[in-house]
Amino acid sequence: MAIHIVDRRLNPGSKSLENRQRFLRRAKALVQGAVKKSSQDRDIKDVLEGGVVSVPIDGMDEPRFRREGGTRDMVLPGNKKFVEGDILPRPNQGGGKGGRNAGEGDSEDTFRFVLSRDEFVDLFLDDLELPDLAKRKLAEVESEGIRRAGYTTSGSPANISVSRTVSRALARRVALRRPRPEVLAALEAELEDCSDEARRAELMAEIEALKTKMRRIPFIDPIDIRYRRFETVPKPVAQAVMFCLMDVSGSMTEHMKDLAKRFYMLLYVFLKRRYRHVEIVFIRHTDRAEEVDEQTFFYGPASGGTLVSSALQAMHDIVRSRFRPADWNIYAAQASDGDNSYADGEVTGRLLTDMILPVTQFFAYLEVGQENGLSYEMPNSALWTLYEGLRASGAPLSMRKVNERSEIFPVFHDLFQRRGPQERTAP
Amino acid sequence: MTETGELLFQGADWDFRTLQRVCDACEQVARDELKLDVYPNQIEVITAEQMLDAYSSVGMPLFYKHWSFGKHFAFQEASYRKGLMGLAYEIVINSSPCISYLMEENTATMQTLVIAHAAFGHNHFFKNNYLFKQWTDADGILDYLEFAKRYVAHCEERHGRLAVEHTLDAAHALMSHGIDRYPGKKSLDLRAEEKRAGRRRAHEESAFNDLWRTVPTGPAKSGAVLDVERRRQMLGLPQENLLYFLEKTAPRLKPWQREILRIVRHIAQYFYPQSQTKVMNEGTATYVHYRILNRLHQQGRLTDGNFLEFLQSHTNVVFQPEFDDPRYSGFNPYALGFAMMQDIERIVTNPEAEDREWFPDIAGTGDTMGVLRDIWANYRDESFISQFMSPRLMRHFRLFHLHDDPEERAGIRVDAIHDERGYRRLRRELSRQYDVGFIDANIEVVDVDLAGDRRLMLRHTVVKGAQLSEADTKRVVQHLADLWSYDVSLVEVDGSDKVLKEYVANPRNIAAAA
Repeated sequence: MAIHIVDRRLNPGSKSLENRQRFLRRAKALVQGAVKKSSQDRDIKDVLEGGVVSVPIDGMDEPRFRREGGTRDMVLPGNKKFVEGDILPRPNQGGGKGGRNAGEGDSEDTFRFVLSRDEFVDLFLDDLELPDLAKRKLAEVESEGIRRAGYTTSGSPANISVSRTVSRALARRVALRRPRPEVLAALEAELEDCSDEARRAELMAEIEALKTKMRRIPFIDPIDIRYRRFETVPKPVAQAVMFCLMDVSGSMTEHMKDLAKRFYMLLYVFLKRRYRHVEIVFIRHTDRAEEVDEQTFFYGPASGGTLVSSALQAMHDIVRSRFRPADWNIYAAQASDGDNSYADGEVTGRLLTDMILPVTQFFAYLEVGQENGLSYEMPNSALWTLYEGLRASGAPLSMRKVNERSEIFPVFHDLFQRRGPQERTAP
Repeated sequence: MTETGELLFQGADWDFRTLQRVCDACEQVARDELKLDVYPNQIEVITAEQMLDAYSSVGMPLFYKHWSFGKHFAFQEASYRKGLMGLAYEIVINSSPCISYLMEENTATMQTLVIAHAAFGHNHFFKNNYLFKQWTDADGILDYLEFAKRYVAHCEERHGRLAVEHTLDAAHALMSHGIDRYPGKKSLDLRAEEKRAGRRRAHEESAFNDLWRTVPTGPAKSGAVLDVERRRQMLGLPQENLLYFLEKTAPRLKPWQREILRIVRHIAQYFYPQSQTKVMNEGTATYVHYRILNRLHQQGRLTDGNFLEFLQSHTNVVFQPEFDDPRYSGFNPYALGFAMMQDIERIVTNPEAEDREWFPDIAGTGDTMGVLRDIWANYRDESFISQFMSPRLMRHFRLFHLHDDPEERAGIRVDAIHDERGYRRLRRELSRQYDVGFIDANIEVVDVDLAGDRRLMLRHTVVKGAQLSEADTKRVVQHLADLWSYDVSLVEVDGSDKVLKEYVANPRNIAAAA
């Protein structure tokens, strides 16, 4: 009887990958629910970083007919001092030490397991999608790019590959035994010093022969020359820039800034997932706008009046100078308490509709309110009224009001939720 | 007295030639000295990840897809990565050829141990134990799993993943009650029936005595009672194999759903012997590897160092913590099984007076392997313990019996300990812990209201006051109702037919969704 030994180690692994995916599909509602719930009192950043999820067991467990309670008889090993008829006090309920048969019902109240970050974010953002965008196509349809593709024997002089050419020339010279200049120099030196006539004639003939050979075999021959070759390939636009615009005038409290920050974070996470490269530009404004770094943006002191148009103008300038709309997907999110000077309204509206909206994929306006304030009790602010007007006339703007940290996620969710076709036509 | 054989290997490294040598050496000992009878062996070397894969699909090399296996995989992977759980050194499958999976990380000694343990110990047990012979078809199981996998995938394509998942969920919930505990009665064919009727008539004629006519009979059964009896007989009631009952009689199941129930039922049945023979199976395998490795060392084919390594892992495997040890979690089947096998060896070869009194049949017969092979073939855990647990072993384990009655306020009573008065009671109680009749709840289909609303009626006979856990039961009964597609009720009754609790569920619309 021969024993058959098989090496299975190289068999394709992850046989249970499909089962895992089925499990995740099934747990999706639960995981998303858990994330939503915890995002209300946890930092959004933490939620997104956490790879371990605890899923409540109901819904994920597999029910069986199990029995519990009743009189129990147990036979246990390791008697030390008991004799027949002893009565032992019951161990405290719950702390089932002292001879509990662990075979019965291994309870897993919450079921914890590790999701990879990708799986997690996938689940988290799965039912989110960008709104119907004018340039959505552009983001997915590919633009042309060029890519190195080896070498060629013809091309423009600008594309000569020097190293490749020289190395080929060297190989050819070695192969054809082109005399080396050192050898020639040595012979010539010998000729200089030589007094023997016969020897001189010999040397001169030799030098002449070498020189002819050197002329016959050039240092660089046209056949050595190689050019770098390029080919054009379609290239997806895999980069996005995210403009964070925020009013930092005195009327914005820390709480409001915090709300705005959370919104930006979520937007960033979302973009990061879709695009290989995401840049963030922070523009803060009072009555004039400036581009700042993140630290200054959120925490730097500033004071002054409020002119929203200044921020839009700054954004427009930056787009023009640094982010060609053909190469970048442009997203903008504006946070403000809604104040704006009256005189500025018209300029803002014009800037937005003529300059900003045509080049952006998405423009969101987030109106942050006081803590404990109720959004429906707030009178419409100047900016809100203005944007609402623009939206009514068909500008693709998303806008929401937020007061509480716990409202951030639902708002974000709303903004990006897949829209039904009917909403598309009438936003 | 050591013989000098050629060393099988040195150090910890191994390659496939080493494995082959090890297998041959083990086989020689197993066949010539232990006289084991095994299926052909197939040994497969796998990685840790593949081992986890195998874990999640109940150890089978191929299985249909279901989310619950993914859940187990995620769970096990999480605890493995955190270091909470080590992986088994091997998994062995009751099939012909008998497939043993070895982890690539094992050292050469461990591979030897595992080959002796799985490829010869378990293998012999699978091939010879009466339960496995009766309930499992080792030649066909891999083909059947292949069929099941393809069939389920095919159903998913045709009827949708969700519908199949619902059906499988429901079937899994009833899996522990999808087992035939007794070999079914062969139904007679027409000719046999005719023959039997003829024999009966002949007997009646030959034994006719007019006097019998005058013997008073009991009160005649009313028509209604006869109806019920006839109905129950037609439906094959009472029936404790719920899956079988649903497969055959649920009125609105689609053919593919019946087939899926059948698949789940067959697989449950395939694993049924394993749950009844844990102690014996592991005991056999452990005893076999212990014998084989000792022999190899004796023959000089294993270095002393490697032998010590073996002894260390062997000792870990058969370690039995005591009840007050934090590590205690019930009896370790390896420890109990191995101790009993060794004890039987002692009784057979070197009995004491007590053993002669307790085990007159085997004490001192001298043929250890003959006795053991016979035991391995003809017993399961419950009968094995109740017959072969010796007083000496009970003293060794210092067994005692606790009786925990919730009515008793004072506490838990020590009912028996390892003394002359307690041996038999201890042994009976311990064997009862391994009796499947006591482990699984006794739930039967008792009737169907055919005249009324087609309600399916089940009954749980409560033993020792242990009722079903409510949350789980509600959901299982719901699954039952979904499959039955009419109302289902489950009553729990105690020994005196008093109803303790009743569950009722209405079907959700899965049959229609399917």
